[in-house]
Amino acid sequence: MTELQAAPRGKPLNLPRLETRARYRDALTAIVAFVVLASLPLFFDSKALLDFVIRCSAFGLFATSLNLLVGYTGMISFGHGMFFGLGAYSFGLIMQKTGVPIPVAFIATLVLSAVAAAVIGAICVRLKEIYFAFVTLAFQMLIHSTILSWVSLTGGDQGLRGGIPRPVFLGIDLGNQVHLYVASCALLVIGLLLMRQIAQSPFGYTLRMIRDNAARASFVGIDVWRAKLTIFVLAALFASTGGVIMSLFVSGAYPEFAYWTISGEGIFINMLGGVTTFLGPMLGTVLFLILNDTVTRFTEYHGIVLGIVILFFAIGLRKGLMDFAIEWYAARRGRGEQA
Amino acid sequence: MDLNALIACLASSACLVTQTTSGLIIGMLLFLVAVGLTLIFGVLKVVNFSHGAFYMFGAYFAMTTYQITGSFAAAMLCGAAGTAILGLIFERVFMSRVYGADVLMQLLVCYAFVLIFDDVVRMVWGPEFKSMGMPTAFQVMPLFIAGGVVPPYYLLLIGVALVAAIVLGAGLSRTRIGKVVRAAAHNPSMTSALGINTGLIYGGVFALGGMLAGLAGALAAPVRSLTPGMGFSVLIESFIVTVIGGMGSILGALIGALLIGLIRSFGSLGFPLFTEGLMYLFMVIVLVSRPTGLFGKEVA
Repeated sequence: MTELQAAPRGKPLNLPRLETRARYRDALTAIVAFVVLASLPLFFDSKALLDFVIRCSAFGLFATSLNLLVGYTGMISFGHGMFFGLGAYSFGLIMQKTGVPIPVAFIATLVLSAVAAAVIGAICVRLKEIYFAFVTLAFQMLIHSTILSWVSLTGGDQGLRGGIPRPVFLGIDLGNQVHLYVASCALLVIGLLLMRQIAQSPFGYTLRMIRDNAARASFVGIDVWRAKLTIFVLAALFASTGGVIMSLFVSGAYPEFAYWTISGEGIFINMLGGVTTFLGPMLGTVLFLILNDTVTRFTEYHGIVLGIVILFFAIGLRKGLMDFAIEWYAARRGRGEQA
Repeated sequence: MDLNALIACLASSACLVTQTTSGLIIGMLLFLVAVGLTLIFGVLKVVNFSHGAFYMFGAYFAMTTYQITGSFAAAMLCGAAGTAILGLIFERVFMSRVYGADVLMQLLVCYAFVLIFDDVVRMVWGPEFKSMGMPTAFQVMPLFIAGGVVPPYYLLLIGVALVAAIVLGAGLSRTRIGKVVRAAAHNPSMTSALGINTGLIYGGVFALGGMLAGLAGALAAPVRSLTPGMGFSVLIESFIVTVIGGMGSILGALIGALLIGLIRSFGSLGFPLFTEGLMYLFMVIVLVSRPTGLFGKEVA
């Protein structure tokens, strides 16, 4: 199941060399992915496609950062959506109230999210499994109810209206759809690359160790609490970036962004794609958004359809699609070697 | 913040009585939901994330029965029995498949059912707010205790919940069935080796938990508005209750629920915008000082 266990038995893990090579490969993949994504508008003149990719970037960053917690560290956060909402609201509010340039507002949002995540994480991360899941969920509901009741600042259940000003900076005009599209792709690719670096770093392997056996990790001298808190804050930063993209996309922020269903969707996306591979959540995001768009087009009861799909994955398959594909590929290659 | 209102209320006996009773009914309803949650966790070691749905179904079953028969007792009975059957089916058909799996799977199955149940209610009863209305038997003059107004229905509600607490506590500690349930919670494989059908115990405990939540929903139906999704906020609050009281402890659930109820009713006077925040603040204080809750046992 896990990456450590999945390494071919008998062969030593030659980590350092593998890592340097993998790092160049990752950076190269990222550049190619960005070039391909950024050149899409040249070939397809479809507004819907661009919108779809922008939403994929927002949810993809959110879901992949959740995977850092769920898949890599074994911390099942059921309140990760709070940072998505926090990012959207802080960014929107900073832009509306102060009128600073977009990059400044973006960095300020990240700082705010990091502080919030550090405080909430300090309380949550020493709890185990189901306690952790529910206490993070409780904090999510606290933030949601604060947004709803602090009407003078957040607009309450109407959301942050009046549009988010998007002044031009460095020749980039985020009011223009293509500019926003390229910027979202850049944020997505940079975010994924950074998260990949975290996952493949020694720190990332520490996290896997904590997931597999926290007591043993603690015996070999790892400060489990600090490592968990660090990844909690880092994951919150990427989720908040997803929220920023979302608020730029809809030019506002709504209480639904901070509602618990966002967290539930995040968990579902991870399940759909699979939590044992780095890109699983990204695949899950694409599938989920396609599924969601199709279902909402045909029925107003999309909860039932989504619920049945979730049940199919949770009880029927018991793993994500990416896990399935990789196992199938490994099995086929294994047969090929034997033959 | 409106501390003057809070202090003025604390000084007047009429307001004190009114706020305390409203705190007690919030607490008692929460207790009925939370005790099912804690019982299911104690025995089955799963957190029933869809527990709020049973509360919701209890309320809707009671409303429909009341509209058809006009009998309040039948409404309560249907609310409780209907959710018990639902709980049994839910546990045997779906939850029992993910006992061995990790928390993620259990959460996902429950999450799926939260979505499905909410939509089922939306389909059957419609998305708008519904209300059952106070049963005619209780449309009488409210009682006046020390100048405070106490509707008789509130007394019934508090009484039923107290009886449930006592029956449950005594049943678990004194009867043979209670002993078997505790044995199954402690060591299921040994219990099953001794010839006890643990599957039946699991199903029964889940049905009991569902029934208590359904009863809470049915009792709440006359005093609350009914909407799809009404179960979720109750679920979050009852989870806070079990965290404060300690997972798996019935006494803890009772004390935690009453504390939360009182915090809510008095907090709404002093901090109208931050009532929910107070609840979370209290939970954080308990968690930081006693991570296993007020009455929780040390987990190895």
